[in-house]
Amino acid sequence: MKKIEAIIQPFKLDEVKESLKAIGIDGLTVSEVRGHGRQKGHKEVYRGMEYEVDLLPKVKIETVIPDARLEEVTRAIASAARTGKLGDGKIFVYHVEDALRIRNDDSGEAAL
Amino acid sequence: MFAQTAASVESRLAAVEAAAKSAQSAGDNAWMLTSAALVLMMTGPGLALFYGGLVRRKNVLSTMMHSFALMAIVTVLWAIYGYSLAFAPGNSVFGNFSYLFLRGVGTTPNADYGATIPHATYMIYQLMFAIITPALISGAFAERIKFSAMVAFTILWSTIVYFPMAHMVWGKGGLLNAFLGGSIPTLDFAGGTVVHITSGVSALVCALYLGKRIGFPREPMKPHNLTLSVIGACLLWVGWFGFNAGSAVAASGLATSAFVATHFGAAAAALGWMLAEWVRHGKPSMLGGISGCVAGLVAITPASGFVQPFPALLIGFLAGIFCFFMVTTVKARFGYDDTLDAFGVHGAGGTLGAILTGVFATNLINDGLKDSAGKTLPLGWIDGNPHQVLNQFTAVVISWVLAIVATLVILKVVDVTIGVRATAEEEREGLDLSMHGEEGYTLEA
Repeated sequence: MKKIEAIIQPFKLDEVKESLKAIGIDGLTVSEVRGHGRQKGHKEVYRGMEYEVDLLPKVKIETVIPDARLEEVTRAIASAARTGKLGDGKIFVYHVEDALRIRNDDSGEAAL
Repeated sequence: MFAQTAASVESRLAAVEAAAKSAQSAGDNAWMLTSAALVLMMTGPGLALFYGGLVRRKNVLSTMMHSFALMAIVTVLWAIYGYSLAFAPGNSVFGNFSYLFLRGVGTTPNADYGATIPHATYMIYQLMFAIITPALISGAFAERIKFSAMVAFTILWSTIVYFPMAHMVWGKGGLLNAFLGGSIPTLDFAGGTVVHITSGVSALVCALYLGKRIGFPREPMKPHNLTLSVIGACLLWVGWFGFNAGSAVAASGLATSAFVATHFGAAAAALGWMLAEWVRHGKPSMLGGISGCVAGLVAITPASGFVQPFPALLIGFLAGIFCFFMVTTVKARFGYDDTLDAFGVHGAGGTLGAILTGVFATNLINDGLKDSAGKTLPLGWIDGNPHQVLNQFTAVVISWVLAIVATLVILKVVDVTIGVRATAEEEREGLDLSMHGEEGYTLEA
């Protein structure tokens, strides 16, 4: 099994969700995060006080999939999340030891 | 038979007069009670939201608490002795104790303050001003004052600064009261000196005395929720109609003039601030818009019942630009940490408004000032009375000096007795938790 962790632009969340749904990936976890890569931050001004904001809002999607589907899933996420500009985000892939469905003790890929 | 008819005409006439009087009283009282409620709404939720949104999230409740607690505290002071010190007859600085515990303040009108409304209506209306004034100061010490110190400070400040100031400007025989026998006749329709200069200047003293917040200006201290501030500022704008138009103490044409001037001042100031920002920073901001509208409302306050609509637009526009300059350039230049710009908006806007009132006040709007022969007197410079500007200036100086000296003494007394500033640990943790044991936002619930 593989865990996919994708950091994407917040406004791309719906498109990524749709494309995962289209290839039958049902389980995922989404969180709002902040961070930066090569994208520069921006300046905010409040009553004349200037703040450099370099931690930008991003969305992190996590999902665990069978090994065989890795290529297909990363491709689906990347093509849905891409704008071609700096700040589009990254996809990380981890090896997963095991999984367990809490409801009925299914384990391994059967638990996904 | 003829005599009988005359008597009945007489009595019918008396009945008609009584009915007319009672109708006017009903109209005036309805407006004044509405105005009192509007002015209370300015503090809670208006100011509580406006200030609450501007602080960091760990201080949102403590900041709202500063406004809310005063709604309770000042009310009790007012009932016991505050109204008496401010509005009972007395000398030119203080009222005497004849209204202690509101003795004699009932439904019978007090002709000096409002001949057509119950005296108690005037009392409760004025109370709402006494509440919001110290609440405005809280913008300067937000995020770092101890709650107990805020309570002690406010009780002393209301007693030593606000009640005498209200007496001097609006009380019978007050030093600055143009309409009720003051020796330095000042035009302050709804509280430019009493409310905004005293609170704004005291705020500066508080900011300087307490020192900067830990990390200011190195750490980012962005407003945590500007949407709350926008709601708060718009409630202030609406509430201000009660503040200024209510200061006519009648549902009269003068109230309408003040209502119009108030609205025009706020609108022009919002534009002035946003324009200045647009030129300086390249973008007009929502925070700039609401800051500007409050600055305009402050500046038009003393002028509202004395000026025509176009001078009101001008006063507002100038206030928007002037206050923008104060909270950006001047504050940055001197480096004081006036957390929410109580001085930059209320002190600066109030001072500008007080002076400009002396320039633009006209008896075309307000013919309340008459000489002994009953002839209407000129008011401001545009009426051909340039001396009024000097009177306004004198009143400004008196307000500044009283606010500075008294606030310093009060802070010193509170500091050596119970301590003013929260500990570094309490401040870092946030005053919501350290002072009140609660949090504004809880994700799990």
